[in-house]
Amino acid sequence: MQAYTERIREAAKRLLSDEKVDVVIGFRKGTIPFMNEPYLAKTPEQVDQLVWDGNCGVNLANYLPRRTDRIAVVAKGCDSRNIVEHIVENQIKREQLHILGAPCKGMMDKRRINAELKGREPSSVEETGSEIKIKGQDLDLTLSRSEFLQENCAICIHRNPVIYDDLVGDLVEEQKDVDRYADVRKVEAMSSEDKWQYFDDLISTCIRCYACRNACPACYCPTCFVDESRPQWVGKTIDPTDTRTFHFLRAYHLAGRCTDCGACERSCPVGIKVRQFTKKLEKDVKELFDYEAGINPDMRPALDFHRPDDPQGFIK
Amino acid sequence: MSEIYISKEKFPEVVGQLMSHGRVYGPVFQGQYHEFARLDKPEDIDLSFQNTRLSPKDFFHPHSERMFTYSLAKDDPERCILKEAPKDYSTKVVLGIRPCDAKAFQLDDRNFDTETIKDPWWVQRRKSTILVGLACNSPCSTCFCTSMDTGPFDASGLDVLMVDVGDGYVARSVTEKGRECISSIKGVQTVPAQAAEKEGQLKKTAEESMGKVLDMKPIYEKKTLELFHDPLWEEVHFSCINCGTCTFACPTCWCFDIQDEVQGDSGDRLRLWDSCMFPLFTFHGSGHNPRSQKIQRVRQRFMHKLKYYPEKYGNGPACVGCGRCVKACPVNIDIRHVARLMSTSCSCPA
Repeated sequence: MQAYTERIREAAKRLLSDEKVDVVIGFRKGTIPFMNEPYLAKTPEQVDQLVWDGNCGVNLANYLPRRTDRIAVVAKGCDSRNIVEHIVENQIKREQLHILGAPCKGMMDKRRINAELKGREPSSVEETGSEIKIKGQDLDLTLSRSEFLQENCAICIHRNPVIYDDLVGDLVEEQKDVDRYADVRKVEAMSSEDKWQYFDDLISTCIRCYACRNACPACYCPTCFVDESRPQWVGKTIDPTDTRTFHFLRAYHLAGRCTDCGACERSCPVGIKVRQFTKKLEKDVKELFDYEAGINPDMRPALDFHRPDDPQGFIK
Repeated sequence: MSEIYISKEKFPEVVGQLMSHGRVYGPVFQGQYHEFARLDKPEDIDLSFQNTRLSPKDFFHPHSERMFTYSLAKDDPERCILKEAPKDYSTKVVLGIRPCDAKAFQLDDRNFDTETIKDPWWVQRRKSTILVGLACNSPCSTCFCTSMDTGPFDASGLDVLMVDVGDGYVARSVTEKGRECISSIKGVQTVPAQAAEKEGQLKKTAEESMGKVLDMKPIYEKKTLELFHDPLWEEVHFSCINCGTCTFACPTCWCFDIQDEVQGDSGDRLRLWDSCMFPLFTFHGSGHNPRSQKIQRVRQRFMHKLKYYPEKYGNGPACVGCGRCVKACPVNIDIRHVARLMSTSCSCPA
């Protein structure tokens, strides 16, 4: 991880000094354990704040739309896929970007680690290749990194950036034989009533803060349907109908666009497994159109393009 | 003022006594976090919690509240007349609330309960609720209440303060309401001398473990416009994704929106939590938005908490240092860091 940090700083310094880019978007060390903060470095002096470790789960592609400057951005596999999405959807120009690809072995699930700590507070966290060593008062814990990955990272099959200008580390082996949709199949097998109940329970604690939407790089509409006020399409209460409407519509807007970066789930203050919605859609798009979002900048998205051999089983 | 000692063995029975008088709420572990919930049985309460994920402000200021109902039916003689929606003001006890959260209600009172303006629902709910607090023996690393004019043993916002002294709780009333509550409890002991002594030690240890995290004085002394125009916001705002997490988790964020929902011939007037982080919050009917940019909204939140509120009301910051926003922010914007920038930054005009 330290090696990544050094190479990110090195590249950032070079790009800024040579005036190849105006800004560098990366992470700086967080103020609490298991969190880093997205950071915009504008000068070579600020570059020394950039870091890299297993707490860089926020998707940095989220900070690109509507920027007009030349940007270097650190990108994990998922970030790079969302960058491809942005390019395909005309949110940013490839020429504006210098992508610092960061091959990724998964980001840590702060929620599950914190649960494991049972209220004890770490004073130091050290990440080695396969372990997380956490120390503090009454605390000396070594966790296996692979068991405490974000759930989307554990089933990720695009750990290497799909598009980049420089790499800040060696390419990593992609995970094979991953069952990406075991949980989706479980829901698919439920009766309609059980499904309804399952999703109602899933979102019952939602406070409508929209962190899931705002953390999502693919949610960049100038005015989200939730914020339309003339007319207002969606109720803003926490009545199940309103909450449901928000989550269903949000998910459908991401059909064929979601890269399963996990930003939504990671950001939720009340721990809702919001990916349960988008994963089903991702699975359907893969099965129906053999399409994965954000892989190829030269390919039109599945739901943006008609092919004569598209499945039409829904026409009865 | 009265005081009692409740042994841990006896505690469930005491909770049971309170439950027999009315509704009792307490921290309950639900799924992944502790939240305040109505107790079904005394054992549900888990006082080993640090703090609840969300603040308990919704006891008095619910996320979604039906204020009025009305009819729009043409033949209804009471057409278009707002009728107050029924509310439940029966007595309830909130058991185990942290001193910071209770203090936050006092700050919120400045908005909902003043000489000239009284929000009837806030006021009546406050009146019918007894806050039995639990002092923090081990504050979290994200807590900074001691820097925000309160503290882990601050009883000022509570009706009763309980302190966990190891084998039991010392409970002291702070208000008349609290005294009545304590006197109604049967079969408890007087406070043993060693428990009172332990209490003092615990208070000292808890306060010292936090120290002063930041100094608000320089922020108060700076000119508002200097802070407003300071380049620090350029740095602070970048990572913000403009979700409402910080404001919704915060015990002192009280802003709301009022909306009408109509279906057929009947309508509801609703009051809903709103957030200064949302662009819609300041969106005018004219189409103009005075805070259309993220940087303006981020500045607003911190300026309101740390500068405008103290300047306007003169009773300290609109923050009690509970640290919820620090923990919940999806991108790690830390109010302690922002406050430090605000107190140290030089104000060089760009």
